[in-house]
Amino acid sequence: MRPILMKGHERPLTFLRYNRDGDLLFSCAKDHTPTVWYADNGDRLGTYRGHNGAVWSCDVSRDSARLITGSADQTAKLWDVSTGRELFSFRFDAPARSVEFAIGDALAVITTDNFMDHVPTVQVKHIAEDLDDQTDESALVITGIKGRINRAVWGPLNRTIITAGEDATIRIWDTETGKLLKESDKESGHQKTISSLSKSADWSHFITGSLDKSAKLWDSRTLTLIKTYVTERPVNAVDISPTHDTVVLGGGQDAMNVTMTDRRAGKFEAKFYHKILQEEIGGVKGHFGPINALAFNPDGRSFSSGGEDGYVRLHHFDSDYFNIKM
Amino acid sequence: MALTTSMEGLEARARELAVDLSAVDLDSITLPAGEDFGILSDDEEVLRNEDPPELEMGLSNIMVVDNLPVVPPEKFEKLENVIRKIYSQIGAIKENGLWMPVNPETKKTYGYCFIEYNTPQEAELAREKTNGYKLDKSHIFAVNMLDDFEKYMKVPDTWTPAEIKPYTPGENLLKWLTDEKARDQFVIRAGTLTEVYWNDARKQAPELVFQKQYWTDSFIQWSPLGTYLATVHRQGSQVWGGENGFERLMRFAHPMVKLIDFSPGERYLITYSSHEPSNPRDTHRVVLNIFDVRTGKVMRDFKGSADEFTAGGNIGVSGVSWPIFRWGGGKDDKYFARLGKNIISVYETDTFSLLDKKSLKVENVVDFSWSPTDPIISLFVPEMGGGNQPARVSLVQIPGKEELRQKNLFSVSDCKMYWQNNGEYLAVQVDRYTKTKKSTYTGFELFRIKERDIPIEVLELENKNDKIIAFAWEPKGHRFAIIHGDGPRPDVSFYTMRTANNTSRVSKLTTLKAKQANALFWSPAGRFIVLAGLKGFNGQLEFYNVDELETMATGEHFMATDIMWDPTGRYLATAVTSVHEMENGFQIWSFNGKHLYKVSKDHFYQFIWRPRPPSLLTPEKEEEISKNLKKYSKKYEQEDQDAFNQLSEQERKRRTQLQEEWDSWVAKWKQIHEEERAYRRELRDGDASDEEEEYEAKEVEVEEVVDVTEEVLAFDLDQE
Repeated sequence: MRPILMKGHERPLTFLRYNRDGDLLFSCAKDHTPTVWYADNGDRLGTYRGHNGAVWSCDVSRDSARLITGSADQTAKLWDVSTGRELFSFRFDAPARSVEFAIGDALAVITTDNFMDHVPTVQVKHIAEDLDDQTDESALVITGIKGRINRAVWGPLNRTIITAGEDATIRIWDTETGKLLKESDKESGHQKTISSLSKSADWSHFITGSLDKSAKLWDSRTLTLIKTYVTERPVNAVDISPTHDTVVLGGGQDAMNVTMTDRRAGKFEAKFYHKILQEEIGGVKGHFGPINALAFNPDGRSFSSGGEDGYVRLHHFDSDYFNIKM
Repeated sequence: MALTTSMEGLEARARELAVDLSAVDLDSITLPAGEDFGILSDDEEVLRNEDPPELEMGLSNIMVVDNLPVVPPEKFEKLENVIRKIYSQIGAIKENGLWMPVNPETKKTYGYCFIEYNTPQEAELAREKTNGYKLDKSHIFAVNMLDDFEKYMKVPDTWTPAEIKPYTPGENLLKWLTDEKARDQFVIRAGTLTEVYWNDARKQAPELVFQKQYWTDSFIQWSPLGTYLATVHRQGSQVWGGENGFERLMRFAHPMVKLIDFSPGERYLITYSSHEPSNPRDTHRVVLNIFDVRTGKVMRDFKGSADEFTAGGNIGVSGVSWPIFRWGGGKDDKYFARLGKNIISVYETDTFSLLDKKSLKVENVVDFSWSPTDPIISLFVPEMGGGNQPARVSLVQIPGKEELRQKNLFSVSDCKMYWQNNGEYLAVQVDRYTKTKKSTYTGFELFRIKERDIPIEVLELENKNDKIIAFAWEPKGHRFAIIHGDGPRPDVSFYTMRTANNTSRVSKLTTLKAKQANALFWSPAGRFIVLAGLKGFNGQLEFYNVDELETMATGEHFMATDIMWDPTGRYLATAVTSVHEMENGFQIWSFNGKHLYKVSKDHFYQFIWRPRPPSLLTPEKEEEISKNLKKYSKKYEQEDQDAFNQLSEQERKRRTQLQEEWDSWVAKWKQIHEEERAYRRELRDGDASDEEEEYEAKEVEVEEVVDVTEEVLAFDLDQE
């Protein structure tokens, strides 16, 4: 089907997130305003104004009432989804990059970059139900990772936190003690910066995309490498289909090299791979810059991609997609 | 006595003894004579480790010149001066380094003298240069190193028969040709790895044969018949091959070797190196060695300044055009030739010396090329004297050096020569000035070598102003293709040297208009050609059948930089090498343009098919086979089918296995997920948790009565 082109951001996209019902799509970009769209027809519903820097990621609570965003303006903010009102602002010493609510939405994990003299951290904050009780204090701070942490997510049952970033290593941390539990193998793991990480619907496994031109599928509990998807371009964004045995990889040539070659050389396609066979099944072209963000709709019938070109493209799958056989 | 070697140790000891080190005047301490406390003086150590100073022990810088005239004392001085003159040109003779002994009885010289140079190198050079020097008719110098005399003295006086070693059969170097599936090999170089593969079109994947890291320092090259794979290193070149994979067969020492070239029959290997001069005003020094590939012996070497080897004068300022020596006379490797100033030097491999001891003199010659099969040289001399002397293309027979045919050409700006690979035809592409001399146009002179008197035919394009972008003969055939035109989409024309009714006239077959092509690649078996648009055309490919004059398929290998047919003409490889940053790798196509498979490799440098020696079948036999192709192909079709079945069977198994593996993962996760259900609910404050239990899609039909009204309708009977 023809993709729906959603033009609302003025700068490259950084992150896309559907709410649980799959009717809303939240987008973050390097301009300062996260935006919410109708996930079905791509109409713009509203924006969240208040950040003063690029917004790197966001997450929405299970009941679609609250949004959390992490921004380069060294804050992470809580928003009221329906009114667009800023509820609370967590202040940090460095840009906030990755944010995610835990199961139950009572906790959030936020990462901060290595900035000036500050080392990168992973911080856990309590999210109070009543805003009056909300504090800025961290329940847990994890340090000791070298290089920027591009993504930190909760493991099953909030017992662990999984981090991945510039040092190409995936780590699992204990949320009780803040101790390192597991580390991915140097040999079989990624060789370059891990740019993205995305969990399966039941959180049992997750996929990582890396600039080493591959994506890898891991067990969330044991950190066992299950699958590797090899592609021809650096991978900036990945996601796992919630309903089908499909994963999607997006990326492309470095933005700085784009103008030097033909558009086709850049490989700005979203590539679909069979999750089990690790074989490429198809690609969706359209962006004229690298793809920075990808997300499947929770119903598995559509996906959206956000590019360096500032567009979000919303694709509903054709019927062929649902008839792919092994 | 304790040995204190380090300063810290010393200080520690001093503290122990409560001695203030700073207060001690170390210089005032004198040791008993001959006592060093086991500590060696630094100076002594250096002396001990150093190599013993080079003493002038050997006599390697002295040589003996024999066959001098025997002269009386009155002529002694004159002879000495002559010899001194000859030898001081080569290097500085040592003071009193020339000694010509005199017979004390006759007062005459013995007819030999000793010359001592400063270095053995100079002496060696002088020996090389003057051995065989003709002073006059009866006095030809015989020069030897003094050191060598000892060697010659050891030669026993009585002849003993050479020990005959039992024959050991050599390896079958052509083993790869006996592949059951008749596949071809290719070698690739990517990153630090060099790998040899079988091209397995049935499996649609390459099969690794051999792999080695850091196999070569710069590049790799197959010998022309595919027997050897040559690697290039700092110390020289090596060739690899053999029955079991790739073992080293021979080494060819040549320090700093840069370029190598095999003779067409792969008997000889020419290696080349150029060396920075010590004096920046001098030109580069060039060294060339010709090795026998099988024995590894140096057959001949050439040394000199780069100028001497920069042929013709029309070649770049600093570089030489490679190959410097071009091989001729077909697969027998009989002759090789080099272009010099006003000469073409032809050497023969029987003696590795100039043919008839002199070069072929051709005033102002700028280019020459050999017939691929016969000992015939075609050469080109440009216009001289402002157009008074016409330009000239001529054919010269070797070894006789007779001119077979020549053609004078007027207002020529440039000229290129293309031999057909059977040596039947020669096409000379001539760029001529128009009358105004402002622009040029192109024509072709076509020579029919195998016909009597070598008739020449002139071919001009229909549009004379078209630029020629590419020209290519059909291998083993009589057709050729030209890409011509000015615009971004040039035309491609096919011509044949034979026409149905007139066998000796060139005629055009067809012209394809507006093609995205700038290079031509004929299949080595002829008949098929790939029109390729490299570089600016982004790798467009068109597979064309010249027999039927139809396009079989088109394709694209984005940004392809290289295109190579396999030696049999069954498959085509297209590659993007590391000149481009992205998309490095190669793709394999069938001859009719079906894309077979693709391999991506970062830092991809080289792809070369392993050449095959020419077929041993007679042309009659080949024809018979192609006539009864159906009969032969049956067997292969069956094999293809079997292989395909087997493959799909394997593939199916692999897929089932993967699926099973996956299912076991999923089962495990499901189980854990179930176990954790309660905890999750707790985390969510008892909120009914997971999707599956929360909503259920059900289709419910609800009928609802909205409204009920009664109406009386008038019924009109008249309407019937």
